[in-house]
Amino acid sequence: MHLTGAQLTVRLLERQGISLVAGIPGGANLPLYDALSQSRAIRHVLTRHEQGAGFLAQGMARATGKTGVCIATSGPGVTNLLTAVADAKLDSVPMVCLTGQVASPLIGTDAFQEVDTYGMSIPITKHNFLARSAEELLFIIPEAFRIAASGRPGPVLVDIPRDVQLQMVDATVLPEPGRADTPLLPDPAEVARAARMINEAERPLLCLGGGVIHAGAGGAALQLARRADMPVAATFMGLGAVPTDDPRYLGMLGMHGARATNYVVAECDCLIVAGARFDDRATGRADSFCRDARVIHVDVDQAELNKIRCADAPLRGDVLATLSALLPLVEERDHAAWIGRVEELKSEHPLVAPGAQDPRTPYGLVACTGDLLDGSEIVVTDVGQHQMRTAQIYPFRRPRQWISSGGLGTMGFGLPAAIGAALAEPGRKVVCFSGDGSLLMNLQELATAAETGANVTIILANNQSLGLVRQLQDMLFEGRRYATSFTCAPDFAAIARGFGIKAFDLSLSHDPLQTLRTALDYPGPVLVNAPVSADAPVYPMVPPGAANTEMIGGERHVRA
Amino acid sequence: MFAPDSRPAPADAPNTAVPQDTGFTVLDLIVSNHPGVMSHVCGLFSRRAFNVEAILCMPVGDGLSRILLLVPSEERLTQMIAQAMKLRDVHEVRTDASLAGIFDRLRKVVGWNGVS
Repeated sequence: MHLTGAQLTVRLLERQGISLVAGIPGGANLPLYDALSQSRAIRHVLTRHEQGAGFLAQGMARATGKTGVCIATSGPGVTNLLTAVADAKLDSVPMVCLTGQVASPLIGTDAFQEVDTYGMSIPITKHNFLARSAEELLFIIPEAFRIAASGRPGPVLVDIPRDVQLQMVDATVLPEPGRADTPLLPDPAEVARAARMINEAERPLLCLGGGVIHAGAGGAALQLARRADMPVAATFMGLGAVPTDDPRYLGMLGMHGARATNYVVAECDCLIVAGARFDDRATGRADSFCRDARVIHVDVDQAELNKIRCADAPLRGDVLATLSALLPLVEERDHAAWIGRVEELKSEHPLVAPGAQDPRTPYGLVACTGDLLDGSEIVVTDVGQHQMRTAQIYPFRRPRQWISSGGLGTMGFGLPAAIGAALAEPGRKVVCFSGDGSLLMNLQELATAAETGANVTIILANNQSLGLVRQLQDMLFEGRRYATSFTCAPDFAAIARGFGIKAFDLSLSHDPLQTLRTALDYPGPVLVNAPVSADAPVYPMVPPGAANTEMIGGERHVRA
Repeated sequence: MFAPDSRPAPADAPNTAVPQDTGFTVLDLIVSNHPGVMSHVCGLFSRRAFNVEAILCMPVGDGLSRILLLVPSEERLTQMIAQAMKLRDVHEVRTDASLAGIFDRLRKVVGWNGVS
């Protein structure tokens, strides 16, 4: 059996079990699109910008844990895609990007729509390939999926010149689909040493990152926490790893973490960090972070161990396998004094969310939405104040419920990622919290939402400004606000309706809570415009370069 | 694998006068021999702001190449080795300061006397 390179690629995608891809066709990937048009197993979602396709694939991947696939053409198609690829790299999201390239003989001639895709994608992918023949695709495609999903997941880009897409290849024997490598087991001696440290600790604390979500280790983490009687904090990427209403749960630590969380973390004598990388937003000033604690660091990526913080027990391994190995070696303990201290700090320094009862306030939008839904929903955000507020107070109940751009902090992430999540998990409502600054960065994907009928409710906290940047100007530049206010105030409800999407405006509603409920009950894409004050900072906040305990704002006696 | 010093030094490498006190060492990498591998390796060092003083790369057969990097022996080198090990086309990394002599001889070839 002979196939073209393009047909072979589609065939291998089908064998991978891929049923949904996002992308935009163009000159250099047309053979691939022609082959795709013949596939009955794969549904293609046409976005309106390649970045939208990248984030749509990310939404699928983050919601399901399975590798997402996106497609772009050469040149501008690729450069548009790159932001979404870099975003996937920093948050360890498994993704395979297929890009068209000019025909092999034209590579290096500055041909029409030629860019050095291979060179440009090296720093922002886990790995990349330039297919030099159709035959190579037999190896490259499954290998790309293996790499994307193995160990610490990440994006893999496969650049396919147009002539390679058209070249015939013998596809009588097809390779096995690429699968994630078997989980890496930790060194038993290191595990035993770490267990001893936990057993010797008086004030142990468990901190969970995105790696816990990837590994499906939330349950094991909670078991460990119960056994060793220790509180559990989460990084931004680890939200949802354990339910926020669990009595051991402390909330998110770091730059916009609750005061109590940062204080408790600072007092622990043994810090167990699982699937997290000591990011500066999580630790504050690194040399002040848990200075006196012994550190046990669990990560599947060897290069993360001892990168920022030297661990007393570095445990390289799959997070689930490692926590499971630790569990039987950890003694059942009762740290009554420590837990008492934790409770004391929690009641003295709770997170203050002004206006949480009122859906017309920025915190109230998030809190009321959480109250109105049952926990089966997926929560996606864009980037900014609305994102931090959601991270702070949303009642997360399960892993993969929370989808947000952490490491890269990409405005414009929310809408396309929400569409991807909704299409990958059609049984779930997807809520997309956004801001007007962020939404405008990928607004064109309202068309994709309308076409697909994705079950997304966009809740737009509209403050006519780049709120989080403005907050930084107020704090760090003596209030000299510059280039952070929008004088043009588009009518977002009218814009949504212009795309054929149902829209509500909370400012015109006599009963905002009821309007919010109606919008959330509505199946299919819907936008809720919620004008909010631009003068409501997100507190607490750890200023750049400060220790996590040196937070500004968010004290309980202060009411905004 | 981060292998101990088991590989034979190149035939013309000086076996004596190991320059321990120069502040430099040599990273010895075995990599897949394909057109993108130099970009992958060099890009890794430049984007993580780790200086590479000199580079040597030669095919060694069996689809492999050997890359020698003259690098400062500073604390962050361990991290760089860990990052290099993650590259799919890098099969083996070891450090061997005794290989620095090769670069001393090359220095004469490229015509720099070591004083700037």
